[in-house]
Amino acid sequence: MGAISVDQVVTALVAIIAVPLVLFGYIVLGEQIIERLPERIQLWIRPYFWALPAIGFAGIFMVYPLLRTVVISFRNGADTDWVGLANYQYFFTFPDTLTSLRNSILWLVFYTFFAVFLGLVVAILLDRVRYETLAKIAIFLPVPISAVAASIIWKFMFDYQPPGQPQTGTLNAVIGLAHHDPVAWLVNYTTNNGALIFVGVWTAVGFCMVILSASLKAISTEVLEAARIDGANEFQIVRLVVTPLLWPTITVVGTTMIINALKTFDLVYVMTNGAYNTDVIATQMFSQLQHNHNSRAAAVGVVLFIAIVPLLIVNIRRFQQQEEQR
Amino acid sequence: MSIGTTTREAVRPRSAVSTLDRFGSSLQRLPLHIIVIIFCAVWVIPTVGMVINSFRALSDMQSAGWWTTLFPPHGFTLASYQQVLNIEGVQPSIVTSILITIPATVIQLTVATMGAYAFAWMKFPGKNIFFIVIVGLMVVPIQMTLVPLLSFFKVLHLNGTIMSVWLAHTGFGLPFEVFLLRNYLGGLPREIFESAEVDGAGHAVRFLRIAVPMTLPAIASLTIFVFLGVWNDLLVALTFLGTSQFRPFTVMIAQLTTSFGGGWQFLTAAAVLQMALPLAVFIALQRYFVRGVTAGSVKG
Repeated sequence: MGAISVDQVVTALVAIIAVPLVLFGYIVLGEQIIERLPERIQLWIRPYFWALPAIGFAGIFMVYPLLRTVVISFRNGADTDWVGLANYQYFFTFPDTLTSLRNSILWLVFYTFFAVFLGLVVAILLDRVRYETLAKIAIFLPVPISAVAASIIWKFMFDYQPPGQPQTGTLNAVIGLAHHDPVAWLVNYTTNNGALIFVGVWTAVGFCMVILSASLKAISTEVLEAARIDGANEFQIVRLVVTPLLWPTITVVGTTMIINALKTFDLVYVMTNGAYNTDVIATQMFSQLQHNHNSRAAAVGVVLFIAIVPLLIVNIRRFQQQEEQR
Repeated sequence: MSIGTTTREAVRPRSAVSTLDRFGSSLQRLPLHIIVIIFCAVWVIPTVGMVINSFRALSDMQSAGWWTTLFPPHGFTLASYQQVLNIEGVQPSIVTSILITIPATVIQLTVATMGAYAFAWMKFPGKNIFFIVIVGLMVVPIQMTLVPLLSFFKVLHLNGTIMSVWLAHTGFGLPFEVFLLRNYLGGLPREIFESAEVDGAGHAVRFLRIAVPMTLPAIASLTIFVFLGVWNDLLVALTFLGTSQFRPFTVMIAQLTTSFGGGWQFLTAAAVLQMALPLAVFIALQRYFVRGVTAGSVKG
């Protein structure tokens, strides 16, 4: 590895030795100083000493930038003057950004629905077979894989050669068996968003399945047996007994998927880079950033945030309810 | 929670209702098995196909699908791996990925555990409000913070440095980690901390000798989750290091993929190298891995 610079070696040493030492030193030395202070000051200062790094990081890297983004979104690109709603007007009138908004809504609806629905179906089906563990590993396999690697995996699945040539893409080879003309999945306007969303679903079903399956196992067998004795068939049991009992978990998983859908970036960036009308809000924002349209990028960020605000409120409510139950 | 939770298989067929004869019921279950097997195949084949392709010559990849290799002549070769590793900057980018991932993980877990300790076992004014803000931040998309952070790092002369990514990842990861660890730490028995206090142990000792060891299962799951999250991250690294000399592996692969027109196929080797670590961790530490990935979504 001749290409490694001295800089990198220095950074490596800093990273691996100095960082833990600094953190350890903060705890031990900080506590020694605090212990020498008068008791009353100790009581006052200690919690902040422990919580300060976390609160500080959250403040500097989340809360401050969040508020600043809102401000920037009302300013011009060079951040020298106020422009009112111009950046938002741009976002809601320019065809490219509108396409990204439409696609994000498609992601929101179809990615969320299919990830949760298929996760539930798989969890229920696998509950009834003996090779459950093995099958679960297969379904979960895409979860640890990065979106970058998943994109390359699926570029091969969607690969397209002109008709008459041997198809190297798995999907086109399969539909070729049925004498269907090859489809340029990622270029064709009617298939490309669906194709990208499917890849997203492929990476997410394992996650949903594992969580839903855990809740499914928590349903007592007596409840299911009682339904069977009452003459319910398997479909009725799933629809009328299992799904309602799993509903709280389904909403939690669904919330996570909605956030994922809105934040989708990596898959689209690597597979199409937003070309052929596949842009989503997050990739649109990134390309605004790259063209130094910082205030437009900020406005896109705010739109994304507004979409997430309802979930934020739901999350805080749920937290407060849990606290009351403690 | 592990992936192979115990099945209830043993209970069901012996119940009074399933009087159907064995053969009939197993024939009835045939569609179930077919659906499950097709599903598993669709979920595994894409990855298998790409891994196989990574061991083929570029010309083979461009002229025939990966499945043709299953029959002789196989023609396996490491040419793609050699080609990828010889691209300028790819080998350093793997090192950079490690240099980003390890410190980013260490910093955020230490800071989060300390914060969680304060939130779980100390009283201070504003505690509830701070914590509600943290719960709210868990769902805030990081896109919302990128524009100001870019200029923030520029002011600090940190733009394009690995350190900027450590700090950014720490900020983004903290809310979830503090939330999770605080719930876990808060569940430890109060008597342990009280008796340690009676014995004269200070907070540093109580934290390092009691709180951390007893939270280790949660910390271990979270470590895996955070480590792989940073290792697999594209957006943060692309935003802060996209044009830097310190580009991590994911950014390198993404930029190579978008810049190559034809001939991108040899990047399969890069993808296999990139996903080798997460898959190895998943297979070796399945229980912790699944718990880490799903933590927080389910109560308890």
